[in-house]
Amino acid sequence: MTTISPHAASAPATAGSGVASVAEWLTTTDHKRIGRLYLGAGALLLLATGAISVLLGIERISPDREWLPVGSLTQLFSLQRFGLTYLVLLPLVVGVATAIVPLQVGARSLAFPRLAAGGFWLWLLGAGLGLFAIINNGGPGGGNPRFVELFILSAALVLAGLLATVVSVVTSVLTTRAPGMNMRRLPYFTWSVLVAGLGLVVALPVLIGNLLYLYISYRYQSLSELAGNRSLAQWAGFGFTQPTTLLFAIPALGLLADTVATATRQRLRPRGIIYTGIGLVGVAVFATVLQFPATLRPGFISAAFGDQLSDLLPFLMVHGLPLLGCFVAVALSAKGLAAKPKVNAPLVFALFASLTLLGAVAANAVNHVGDAALGGTTFEEGTWLAVVFAGVLTAMGAVAYWGPKWWGRTMSAKATLPLALLAFAGAQLASLPLLVAGFANQPGGVFPSVENVQPGVTDLVVNFNYSGPMELWNILSTAGHALVLLAVLAFVALAMRSFLKGEAAGDDPFDGQTLEWATTSPAPFDNFAEVHIVKSAEPLLDLKPANRSDA
Amino acid sequence: MIALPSAPAPAPRRQLLVGTAVACAAGTALLGGMLALYLRFREAAIDSGASWVPDGINIPLVPATVMLCAFIPVCVFAQWAVYSAKRDDRPHTGLALGLVALIGIAYINAQAHIYAQMELPANDGTFSAMFYAITGAFAALVIVGVVFSAVTAFRYLGGRSADREILAAHALYWYFLSAAFCALWLVVYVTK
Repeated sequence: MTTISPHAASAPATAGSGVASVAEWLTTTDHKRIGRLYLGAGALLLLATGAISVLLGIERISPDREWLPVGSLTQLFSLQRFGLTYLVLLPLVVGVATAIVPLQVGARSLAFPRLAAGGFWLWLLGAGLGLFAIINNGGPGGGNPRFVELFILSAALVLAGLLATVVSVVTSVLTTRAPGMNMRRLPYFTWSVLVAGLGLVVALPVLIGNLLYLYISYRYQSLSELAGNRSLAQWAGFGFTQPTTLLFAIPALGLLADTVATATRQRLRPRGIIYTGIGLVGVAVFATVLQFPATLRPGFISAAFGDQLSDLLPFLMVHGLPLLGCFVAVALSAKGLAAKPKVNAPLVFALFASLTLLGAVAANAVNHVGDAALGGTTFEEGTWLAVVFAGVLTAMGAVAYWGPKWWGRTMSAKATLPLALLAFAGAQLASLPLLVAGFANQPGGVFPSVENVQPGVTDLVVNFNYSGPMELWNILSTAGHALVLLAVLAFVALAMRSFLKGEAAGDDPFDGQTLEWATTSPAPFDNFAEVHIVKSAEPLLDLKPANRSDA
Repeated sequence: MIALPSAPAPAPRRQLLVGTAVACAAGTALLGGMLALYLRFREAAIDSGASWVPDGINIPLVPATVMLCAFIPVCVFAQWAVYSAKRDDRPHTGLALGLVALIGIAYINAQAHIYAQMELPANDGTFSAMFYAITGAFAALVIVGVVFSAVTAFRYLGGRSADREILAAHALYWYFLSAAFCALWLVVYVTK
């Protein structure tokens, strides 16, 4: 019998000199540290790319005021796209998953922790090289072929590093679960990580393969069809656009379901349907693997029945099923909120993240309706930003929720809640105006969909001119980026203060239901003193009859 | 106070085997995506009336087919290692692993021979670059396989003979390589 006191010893596992401490972090195989390394680096890069987003937004307010060099716009837009997708969104989500999934499944360690740690350092190396390449006139739109090559190589390293960590996390879910924890008893967040992880295992290598082709095309100037800067957007663009990026934000749905169950102290049901809903969002991976846009052709309504059918079936599979799944998962989780939840910051972050993701999934479906004529406009960019910010909100919520398990201290709910509102408002302001401007045909930045890239076009940022109320939407979007940046800055500052000097957390500060709350705060190196037997999907709730809704 | 029933540490759930399977899935996606793009460009070249393989370039099918045939004994030897380990037959386990690694090295040698025989410049159009990219990526996976064989042999023969899971994982990886090369051989060497 394991007995867990709410105020059990929570001293750090190791202490030593500064150099020794740094060495410990550099060589760590503790999944909580690896996850926090991803989170820290991702947060820093979020601040940097957020600042670039603000600059680009200001530039776009009026095309007449060209205060950024015109020749660097394509590079800056591609830096924003590459940075926010693979240096911010995915690392933040992978970091949270790495740090918490073994605790949630009752494991003492991550499977292949050296592989996960190696993945982080490979990702960091790739990120550094990628930024170095773009600064030196490389990357999409870059004028220095050697640094264009370096950028492609660094992008492949970034993906390989993330893939290594994802393989480690997925294997952990499949093999290190506590006794009695079958797949139907997985915590919702872990399930969502498994769905996203399996999708990434299939999607990322396809992108790496394309990057290998692109690298050789630049290195040997041999593939005329793949040559030119536009080819990066054309052949690797699917990895930076929807529906591929939807995979990265799936854990938002798992966090919502877990935090709703915790806040309402009830068993969130029907479990199988919520699992299915989250799983359906993962169907988006088919579009990635097949590199198939699944678009409803212009004039779809008046097309012949056979043509309609040949468009509609793939459209429904690639865009309809994820929308249905996302809606089901959000609706069933939100239904649980009817049971008078104890509102806390993680719940609010998760709710906002899931609603943002739901909006992005719906917008992605609209973007693939040919009659809407949204190709090449800012609509796609707005959708992508919504996905990115859904992931950022998820990471912020996860840090507020599971921070006590990593640092042993808790964040003040009163101080964190306004930041959730600020970040959500910023995310909506940044993305929604671009969706509206897309309907007014405002041209988008780089990484449009493959079918919209015109042969011979090397500068992917054509112009921002269009006939709509340009300044209004671009000012709003820029303000949104600034708000998100402000919210993230404040959140990072608050988190650092709280986790360094804040109030010590109990072992179960949120009255949780899943196994991570059954160990001390912070969790020790090997997570659990003893291996627990799980007899339901909510093992801790079984032991809290006073808190059960049906008690 | 929260009390949960505890249990002895659970039996291993074939972590290495599952991890290898996940890695094989990733490898399948990598090679599958590359082959799909290869076929797409090939189709586009043929539809436009251009020749896909540059004139004067002969893709040697004989060494490629020998490489394909070599994967049959690789699978047999990899499974032989598993079988021998189950019978605690260390000499035969070591022999089987050594043969797998040897054939892997022979594959790399044969691939280098094909490159030398073709005398195909890497900058000689779309086919050449795609040919080098896809066969090079596969050769890299074979090198990983040879390293896997060496690590397995050192681990098993070095005293961890109770750890038979790594042998099953090793066999799975070589099965994956064999299946992947079947597709590569058909698309790149036969269909061209």
